[in-house]
Amino acid sequence: MTRDGIILEARGLTMRFGGLTAVKEFSAAFPRGSICGLIGPNGAGKTTCFNMITGFYRPTEGQVFLNGGPISGRPPYEVCRAGVARTFQNIRLFGNETVLQNVLIGGHLRQKTGWLAAVLCLPAHFREERAMRERAMELLDAVGLAHLAGEQASALPYGAQRRLEIARALATRPSFLLLDEPAAGMNPQETQELMQFIRNIREGFGLTVLLIEHDMKLVMNICEQIWVLDYGETIAQGEPAAIQSDPRVIEAYLGEECADA
Amino acid sequence: MHRSTAISLNVLAVAALGLFLWWAEGALDGYKIQILNLIAVNIILALSLNLIYGFTGLFSLGHAGFMAIGAYVCSILILSPAQKEMLFILGEALPLVQEAHAPFLVAVAAGGLAAALAGLLVGLPLLKLGDDYLGIATLGFAEIVRVIANNIPRVTNGALGFKGIPDYANLWWNYGWCVFTLFVVVRLLSSNTGNVFKAIRDDEIAAKAMGVNVFRHKLLSFTIGSFFAGVGGALLASLLTTIDPKMFLFTLTFNVLMIVVTGGLGSITGSVLAGVGITVLLEWLRFVENPVSLGGFELPGIPGMRMVIFSLALICIILFRREGLMGMREITWSGLGGLFARKGGR
Ligand SMILES: Nc1ncnc2c1ncn2[C@@H]1O[C@H](COP(=O)(O)OP(=O)(O)OP(=O)(O)O)[C@@H](O)[C@H]1O
Ligand SMILES: [Mg+2]
Repeated sequence: MTRDGIILEARGLTMRFGGLTAVKEFSAAFPRGSICGLIGPNGAGKTTCFNMITGFYRPTEGQVFLNGGPISGRPPYEVCRAGVARTFQNIRLFGNETVLQNVLIGGHLRQKTGWLAAVLCLPAHFREERAMRERAMELLDAVGLAHLAGEQASALPYGAQRRLEIARALATRPSFLLLDEPAAGMNPQETQELMQFIRNIREGFGLTVLLIEHDMKLVMNICEQIWVLDYGETIAQGEPAAIQSDPRVIEAYLGEECADA
Repeated sequence: MHRSTAISLNVLAVAALGLFLWWAEGALDGYKIQILNLIAVNIILALSLNLIYGFTGLFSLGHAGFMAIGAYVCSILILSPAQKEMLFILGEALPLVQEAHAPFLVAVAAGGLAAALAGLLVGLPLLKLGDDYLGIATLGFAEIVRVIANNIPRVTNGALGFKGIPDYANLWWNYGWCVFTLFVVVRLLSSNTGNVFKAIRDDEIAAKAMGVNVFRHKLLSFTIGSFFAGVGGALLASLLTTIDPKMFLFTLTFNVLMIVVTGGLGSITGSVLAGVGITVLLEWLRFVENPVSLGGFELPGIPGMRMVIFSLALICIILFRREGLMGMREITWSGLGGLFARKGGR
């Protein structure tokens, strides 16, 4: 794989909270246009990896490169501007706003006319906001929420909230999309649809997707590359078939089940 | 509803307001006109605080400070040089203060701009703080403004303040500024910038993840809010014709906060309705501070009683109807249209 084929690379990312090392020397290179998976038992450090990549945590050690340029150390909004969007494990919508407004807020960072243009009622402002509304409606259509555009976001059912969060992330026009447990709380039917949906947006928006997921069927079906974390350490990396038969991975997951029992 | 229809309705509403003011000017006595004036100023102040607190989620208690800045700047500009020569008895006014003179429109705008500048400078360090700290820090800011006003007699005439400020702030000026404030706030909040303000209020972390420069937008909202707080203070100075540092105590901020919370944090129409209602009630409640005779018994008036009643009312609102009169809802033309259509249909 050539360097050009890599959209985002993590090099030796380490995150320590006091004495706890949540993630230790996580290194990964994500091929452009791929769907990758990050898995591991509870508390393995998956979300912490997301937070380091998206600028919410400043890594104790290591760096992140987007298209070869360093992005670690920059605040989240700049990372998002550079083309990295995310969703959250515990859904974070703008609950008091409508479904449409949520998506419009996602589009804000690409907006050219600002608050002054709005107050002065400049025609360019109205034109741009109309175009943004149309684009937002297209995105809502893509996630099957167009008919709920006027609803308050917090009133949506769970599955719809997850899809809205993805639509909102897409509105920022990312090239790299991180999904933190997108299928959590979904029934098998919804999970099936979600899988197809992720494939579709990868094609339609020319995205690279990295997802965290506990649903192994989904992960093994959809991901081309998988990284496995356990207690912050990367214990395996490779294609789904190899991961499934990796003794260390099996042990990590079995160990968890034994501990749960 | 069609945009052009809504615009025509807005124009009609402003025209109706104009007609009402024209009628009021001729038909009502000075006391009632004064209440109408206070309503306009209170609506301006409530809208500015609602923008900061209700729509952007910044718990600011510094309104009295920004109002004081607006009031002093405006007063210095509209007092004539001759008046200022008479007023400054604690120490001669600084040459700049002595000479400064401007028409009322410019003076009010300058008061607003000075307050906005103060908001920007205060916001730069303070808006990085978490919510609770912001409340305390802005409260401290307002107190600092007051102490400074007390201690620069060559600019503010110290504790004596100003008397005989020209009473330019008539119905037309006050409602003119009120409609202007309403226009700016509505335009701002119905644009995507307004959506971003609300996003910060709802979930700051998600806003960051959506590429929103949270600090910049907080600063923007805070500065614009400060501008209108300064405008309100400027109008109030000319309306009351006297100002001094004691006028800008925390109770002033509290009054505005009460209107905003009663109307609904995050509701423009709520602030307008509560601005009218509470101003009227506060005046009407003055009777509890006067002596009354109840069936032969003479009850003495208790000064400050109406504020006690209002504080209790505010506590009740917070306990039983946290979202205020309107919550985050708005009364819109299409909403009203729907109401009438439904009634007509039945
Ligand atoms: N801000 C923080 N401060 C202190 N410890 C943290 C912080 N964030 C995460 N941790 C710790 O780091 C470890 C990894 O947490 P993380 O949320 O990344 O796990 P995860 O793999 O996403 O787990 P899950 O599957 O439950 O979501 C946990 O032990 C967690 O308690
Ligand atoms: Mg997690």
